[in-house]
Parts: sequence; structure tokens; C-alpha cells
Amino acid sequence: MMAFADSMLAFLPEPLRAVALILLQILPLLVVLILCVAFLTYLERKVIGYMQQRIGPNRVGPRGWLQPFADVIKLICKEVVIPGKANRFLFLVAPLLAIVPALATWAVVPLFPGFAIADIDAGLLYVLALTSLGVYGVILAGWASNSKYAFLGAMRSAAQIVAYEIAMGFALVGVLMASQSLNLGDITEAQSGGFLSWYWLPLFPLFLVYFISGVAETNRAPFDVAEGESEIVAGFHVEYSGVAFAVFFLAEYANMILIAALTAVMFFGGWYSFFAGEPFAFLAGLGLGFLREPSLIWLCAKIAFFLFCFLWLRATFPRYRYDQIMRLGWKVFIPVTIVWILAEGVMVVAGVGPWKGIS
Amino acid sequence: MGIVDVIFGFNALVLVASAIGVISSRNTVYAALFLVLSFVTSSILWLLIEAEFLAIVLVLVYVGAVMVLFLFVVMMLDVEVAAVREGFTRYAPFGVIMAGIVVFELLTLFWARASGLPIAAELVRRAPDASNTREIGVALYTNHVFEFELAAFILLLAIVAAIMLTLRSRPGLKAQDVAAQVKVRREDRVRIVKVPAERGE
Repeated sequence: MMAFADSMLAFLPEPLRAVALILLQILPLLVVLILCVAFLTYLERKVIGYMQQRIGPNRVGPRGWLQPFADVIKLICKEVVIPGKANRFLFLVAPLLAIVPALATWAVVPLFPGFAIADIDAGLLYVLALTSLGVYGVILAGWASNSKYAFLGAMRSAAQIVAYEIAMGFALVGVLMASQSLNLGDITEAQSGGFLSWYWLPLFPLFLVYFISGVAETNRAPFDVAEGESEIVAGFHVEYSGVAFAVFFLAEYANMILIAALTAVMFFGGWYSFFAGEPFAFLAGLGLGFLREPSLIWLCAKIAFFLFCFLWLRATFPRYRYDQIMRLGWKVFIPVTIVWILAEGVMVVAGVGPWKGIS
Repeated sequence: MGIVDVIFGFNALVLVASAIGVISSRNTVYAALFLVLSFVTSSILWLLIEAEFLAIVLVLVYVGAVMVLFLFVVMMLDVEVAAVREGFTRYAPFGVIMAGIVVFELLTLFWARASGLPIAAELVRRAPDASNTREIGVALYTNHVFEFELAAFILLLAIVAAIMLTLRSRPGLKAQDVAAQVKVRREDRVRIVKVPAERGE
């Protein structure tokens, strides 16, 4: 496919062709991602609706499928109100600072065997660096709005993100110890095989810590004190309306999809098939052999599963109290990850477990 | 002029401009944001000399963690511009001395390069699949493990010292003890009282 695109662009001079080729890879991913975000908002309302014995949105289009587009059109038509004493420049830049890291991280996510837009060696570090930048959007939005509620929300959110980022980083240290690589493609390939050879099993505590920290980092329920409606109205985006608010919304959902994708890549074998093991050999006889092959389908299925978990958590749990969030982050998750990394180190040296021995 | 020179020139200009912005902007939040911008552009410059690991770690540690906390402090402090202005004449001599030292160092660098000493005159270009991270790891954990552990120990000491400096046990503090909350029993909280029903007149 790449070779075909390259020949199509043959009329361009060499440096421009490389840029055009990269843009051609980015564009479909971006379009699909934004459509996913749109339907994720619909899915969220539907799933939570059914969990609460309601129907959810069902007025716009068949079964409410066009609801996200109605929402988008409404938000675009609304006025972006800028508060009188707000810092105008930072107020408008903050939503962009929130969305850019959420989209830029997708450059290193391995989508199907042998393909990521930027197959860089230090992919895991790049992921950590970019996810840590997302907090700027929140802090600057809170400060630039010149509102007490917004600033309180920003402070809560930043303290939470700083606390959970450490646990997240440690959980990923466990993954890179197991796979002996920082490249996300290599990490996936190190988990080749069926359900039982993925890292969720040997690294189970780290998987739990990573996913829960991911929920906390995206400011989703039950960790959504940053926008706790009952206390500080809507947190850091109280003053935002129209498109500026829509961009924050987009960033939150894009971050959810990203965390789901990273969990799938790090702990659930990325593109590898659930049915790769011997017991599922009969699938080939049923004409379903393609389900046993590693492919993009499996990555999407895993992302969808973790996104459902996000919604499930939101529908199930009440909001954490602020000091309990801090306690969970600093006093529970960080010790758990440190202990498991030590245990894993001993196991790697002793040659116990599924990982490669030290070279 | 290749594409690398264009990228270098652009980022170097942005770096210098944002560094000037850090010390010249009146709004302290803008100053902190200019510092963030200069960190990001210098990390791009590091990418150009194939120091990928250091470049990403610069963004991860300084932009992602240190500057976030810095920005916080700056947002919450109410810095008076007049008070800062007052200090300017007092601290100006120190500033001049520092600037003089930096200029002197730069001059020695140019002198050393002109006299043909082999310092970073030519970048050693590596194969595209050479792993920067692995090499740093090997150097750090084998040849320089003692210095590494020493640095780690100093950092640990600094963490403990910082916590000790900010830790204060006020009397009468109403903190929640989670263990005590979990251990609570019904009998400790609820007392069932039998109140005789009032009799109507």
C-alpha cells in the first residue's frame, strides 16, 4: 500500500514526497479517530442509559445514530464567550494544548503488524513525555479563565495527574523490563501468541495500576474531581462554550481512546489474536481462519473493550473523595508497582516466566 | 543548505527569542511558558545531534513534571512587579558578572575550536538502528554505576530533606485516618434509645 502511494506521488520532488506520504498516513487515522470520538460520546450515553434502565438518545436519526453530529453542529453554532477579565490569548490556546498531545501520541502506536506512523526506538518514552504534556491545557484553562471554580478544578486536576503519572511510569517500566525494548512494535511482538502469552498475566498488578491510573489521568469518573459538578460547577472548563468547549470534550475522549489503545498494546498483545492458541485450531475449519491471524481487527476489538470498561466504571462507582484519590495514588499504587518491579527483576534474572532472559 | 540546517536555524532562533522572553516578560506565567517553549526547542536541537533519549527525557522531566509545578507556584504567588523592579539595581552587578563568565566561556570554546582541539568538531553519525537508550543504559549501569548510585543517593537525601522541611505537625489537626474509618463498627456510632411514647391528654 505504501509503495502504491509512493508511486502516486512520484511527480513531487523528493523532500516534499516524504512529507506528503506522512500526511497521507496521518489523515485517515485522524478522521477515523475523530469519528470514533463522536460515536464514543453516543455510546457513552447509550451504555450508561441502558445500565440505568433508560433508553438514552434515540431522537436524531435511526436509533439516535446521528446524535453526535447534532451535538457537533450545535456546539459549532454557539458563541465562544470569553470572560471579560480572562487572559484572551491563553484562554484560546489552552484547548489546543489539551488536544495536541492526545492526537500526537498516536504517531507511535503500532496499528497492525509492522506498521506505526513513526516506528521510533524510544516509543515508550515518547508516549510518557506526550501524555505528561496534556496537563498544560488543563492548568492554563483554569488560570486563564480568571475564575475561582476553574482554578480550583485546574489545581485538583494537576495534582492528580502528577500523582498518577509516577505510578503509570513505573507500570510501564515493568513492561519494558519484560519486553527488553522501548519500541511499541517490539513490545507487541514480544507478546506473540494467544491469550495466555500476553503481559496481563505475568504483570497483572502493573496492568491494574496502569489502567486505573489511565482512568485517573483522563479525569474520568470515578476520578473526575477536576470537574466535580456538585462542588466546583464544571471545574477547569466552566467558562468555556461553543467550539472551545468542544475541543476540550474531544481531547478528553481522544485521551480515553489513547489510554485504551496503550493498555491493549502494553498488556493485551496489541494486534495479536485472542484465538491464536492450539485449542482454537478448529476455527480455520469453519472458514474463520482470519480470526486467528494478528490484525488490526484485534487491536480495535481490544480498544473497544477497554473503552466499554471506562463507561462501565463511570456508571458503577461514585466519585472518589479528593484525599482518597491522593492516598490511592501515592500510598497504594506506587508501592505496589515498586514491589512488582523488584519481583519481576528477580524473576528475569532467575529465568522464571515468559520473558526473554537477559542478553 | 540542507533541511537540517533550516530546522536548526529556525529552532535556534525560537530558542533565543523565548529565552529573552523568559527574562523580559512582565507576566510571570508568560515567563514560565516561555521557559517551557525554550525547553521544547532545545530538545528538538538535541534530536538533531542524535541524542534522542536525552531529548525525550528533557521534555518528560522538565516540561512534563518540573515546569508544571513551577507554573503552579507562579500562578498562586502574587508577584509584585514594583518589588521586583526595586531589586534590579541591587542584583545587577551579579548579573553582569555572570554574563561576563558566560561570554568568557564561549570565547574559550571558540578559541579551542580554532586551535584545532578535537572537541565535538565532527559529530559521530551512527547507523539508523543504533539504540541510543541502550547505550546510555549500558554506560550508566556498568562503567559508571558508582556515580549513578551516588547521584541517586543525593536525590533521595534531597527528597527526604524537602519533606522534612515542609512537614509540620500542627496540634488539633483534623485529618482523616482511613484505617480508623474502615474499622468503625455500628456499636461505636449508633446508640439506640428507648423513648417512651407521649401520652395524649
